[in-house]
Amino acid sequence: MSHDTHHHSHGNGHSQGGHALPFWRKYIFSTDHKVIGLQYGITAVFFLLFGFSLMLLMRWQLAFPKQAIPLIGKLFTDDGVLSPELYNQFGAMHGTIMVFLGVVPLAVGAFGNYLVPLQVGAHDMAFPKLNMMSYWVYFCGGVVMLASFFSPNGAAASGWTSYPPLSVIADNGQSMWLIGMVFLITSSLLGSVNTIVTAIQLRVKGLSFMRWPVLVWAQVTTAFLLLLAFPPLEAAGVLQLMDRVAGTSFFLPSGLVVSGEALKVSGGGNPILWQHLFWFLAHPEVYVLILPAVGIVGEIMAVNTKKPLYGYKTLIYSMVFLGFMSFIVWAHHMFMTGMGVTMSTFFQATTMIISVPSVIILTTYLLTLWGASIRYTVPMLFATAFLPMFAIGGLTGLPLGLTASDIHLHDTYYVIGHFHYVVAPGTLFALMAGVYFWYPKITGRFMSDTLGKIHFWTSVVAINGVFMPMFFMGMAGVSRRLYDQTVYAHGAAAQPLNVIMSVSAWILALAQLPFLYNMATSWKWGKKAESNNPWGATTLEWAASSPPPHENFTTPVEVFRSPYEYSSNQKPLPQFVQEA
Amino acid sequence: MEQPHYGFWLPPNISTHGAEIDNLITVLHWFMAVLFVGWGIYLVYCLVRFRERPGHEVAIIKEQAHFVLPKYIEIGIILIEACLLIFFSAPIWAKVKRDFPKESDALVVRVTAEQFAWTIHYPGKDGKFGQLKNELIDGTNPVGLDRNDPDGKDDIISPNMLNIPVNKPVIVKLTAKDVIHNFFLPVMRVKQDAIPGMTIPLWFEATQTGKFEIACAQLCGVGHTQMRGFFNVMSPQEYDAWYNEEEKSLLGDSAPAATQPSGENK
Repeated sequence: MSHDTHHHSHGNGHSQGGHALPFWRKYIFSTDHKVIGLQYGITAVFFLLFGFSLMLLMRWQLAFPKQAIPLIGKLFTDDGVLSPELYNQFGAMHGTIMVFLGVVPLAVGAFGNYLVPLQVGAHDMAFPKLNMMSYWVYFCGGVVMLASFFSPNGAAASGWTSYPPLSVIADNGQSMWLIGMVFLITSSLLGSVNTIVTAIQLRVKGLSFMRWPVLVWAQVTTAFLLLLAFPPLEAAGVLQLMDRVAGTSFFLPSGLVVSGEALKVSGGGNPILWQHLFWFLAHPEVYVLILPAVGIVGEIMAVNTKKPLYGYKTLIYSMVFLGFMSFIVWAHHMFMTGMGVTMSTFFQATTMIISVPSVIILTTYLLTLWGASIRYTVPMLFATAFLPMFAIGGLTGLPLGLTASDIHLHDTYYVIGHFHYVVAPGTLFALMAGVYFWYPKITGRFMSDTLGKIHFWTSVVAINGVFMPMFFMGMAGVSRRLYDQTVYAHGAAAQPLNVIMSVSAWILALAQLPFLYNMATSWKWGKKAESNNPWGATTLEWAASSPPPHENFTTPVEVFRSPYEYSSNQKPLPQFVQEA
Repeated sequence: MEQPHYGFWLPPNISTHGAEIDNLITVLHWFMAVLFVGWGIYLVYCLVRFRERPGHEVAIIKEQAHFVLPKYIEIGIILIEACLLIFFSAPIWAKVKRDFPKESDALVVRVTAEQFAWTIHYPGKDGKFGQLKNELIDGTNPVGLDRNDPDGKDDIISPNMLNIPVNKPVIVKLTAKDVIHNFFLPVMRVKQDAIPGMTIPLWFEATQTGKFEIACAQLCGVGHTQMRGFFNVMSPQEYDAWYNEEEKSLLGDSAPAATQPSGENK
């Protein structure tokens, strides 16, 4: 269905004309997808910085075990040394915050919300009020997670995976974690329904599925993953909450003895059940983290290579296949739980299969560069860096996905290095690229090129300094989540790597300052974008003015061609321009 | 005591099966390195050759060149991955996790993990584990062994110290009392979750003597990092001496004449 763009006044009651709304309806409880997208973005950036800060503190303890944190250590403990209790809390909350409150809300909530309606030519999301609710439920989840630090014995401390029985016998912070998770999952479910319906139903005239920009395909695939994978975890979260507060034993076997005392529970449950339910979400979640990044990189590469994406259809099929396969690989996180030959062979086979579409995606992007004229804008720098970083993240998945090599590498730093390469220099670089790229659309102004380049080059060096040594540390057999690895002989031998990682992490933190400053000041003082389409892009969002008004398009738009086309004289042919 | 050499790569391997795992890890990393370097060279070449500059034009616009080589590379990757799975990973896994030595040929011990220690339980010379009763668990009896059970009289409980003879298969029956732990012997290439409510068997065979560490590889609470145990691979003579010593201190002079529990004489 395609709305007639001239009829602002009738609709779902939300279309009152942006300027007529009071401040709190326009900017706080807004139903405009762009405002909600920005709300998501700003909140997610806050949480990313917060989760990163937790790790910056942990990295002091890791580099210099049991030494007081200089200057600020006394804020946390009496002697300024990060205690093991706090270390475990920070570790669990770093993971939770980065994944569920940072990267997903930024990739899906912010980029998806802002761009999907624009790229399909819609006035807004299909369900604007649901969209608003989705943000505020997410916000509540975030508040609960933050508040959990102030519960009597602090926040959740059982890892972001919250494996029972440890999580069930843990302090109250874990209950708040579970309640927070229920909010966050609910928010994601509301958002995913909205994205799917918007992208499919509100397509403008001429926009067939095979004319969808890569980003829309990525966001829709992601939305399906969220929609189908999150409910089991929501159920599992409620079950674990019941185990904690209502005396049930879904995840507790009989005969538990904790600190010499028999645990007074009915028993009969199974801790492995939680792991299945958790990873049934959390593996698709990996692709929830990576697919929007793949979409963003595709858009930026298409514009900055000044030629069509190579193998658009192959790329799309690969993404969809990746999404499908992501539902049947989850147990490769559980190879060490006593899995037999049949099961482990099945899951390592599916894991090998899922590497195929990942390689195809990477290949199409690499081939897009062939014969191009590459314009090294800041977004393109980040998008280019995404390719080798994502490659390292993907390749290092192989020794973990094969059970035999996983025996040694499972639950070591190798795992941490692997998934951080996918999510940090992978997804986060793509998201940063996205910020630089769509900033002129959102604000009408460019971010500073110089600051952007400083941000890029320092980040790309520092982030490899953080994560590359992890592979060597994992090889050496250092377990993850250790408060002080120097307790072990092999840990002490690898300890110098920790110092490199920590110093790199602190440099990486400093490297984000020009980015934040750039984002804040360019809003008002950045170089003005001379047109609606300053990069020479071809997709629909560039037809709208910058920033797009309420309801996005002031004149009717229509789509005439595939997303990435160029005329014979090498000028971009936007989807929304009729003449060839 | 000489310390094994640890560094920034795989720790030394002293197990019979570990070489195959190390071999797979090495092969995989060569495979990954070839792919990464190949992609990397291509990427850098493109980034330099196809950079925007005066006089440079986009080579391919309308008619996308169809590249054939990537298809073969992709098929090659699939074949290599399939081979690694079928000829390396699955057989190694079967050998390590399925094809157990006979219990009569092996040393069988129970290992029970708890916050934050390992308890090693030897069945004694009768080869039978005594009954475990949760109500008997206290500070001196961490697994609740019933000493009144005839099978339990000669059982040896060894806190945080796994003593094993060299060149003899060891079967560990692994469980946990409270939360999930992970029994990780880095030099033995052994890693297995210890899960409360389940007893999971694993086996290995040491090829060298020496004293090494047991690490916990699964977050198990505030003392996770402190959950360090030791294992001591001894010559059969040393092992028998230790075993008989333990037996003697347990059963006093009523102990039957010392035999050789490592079974070297069988």
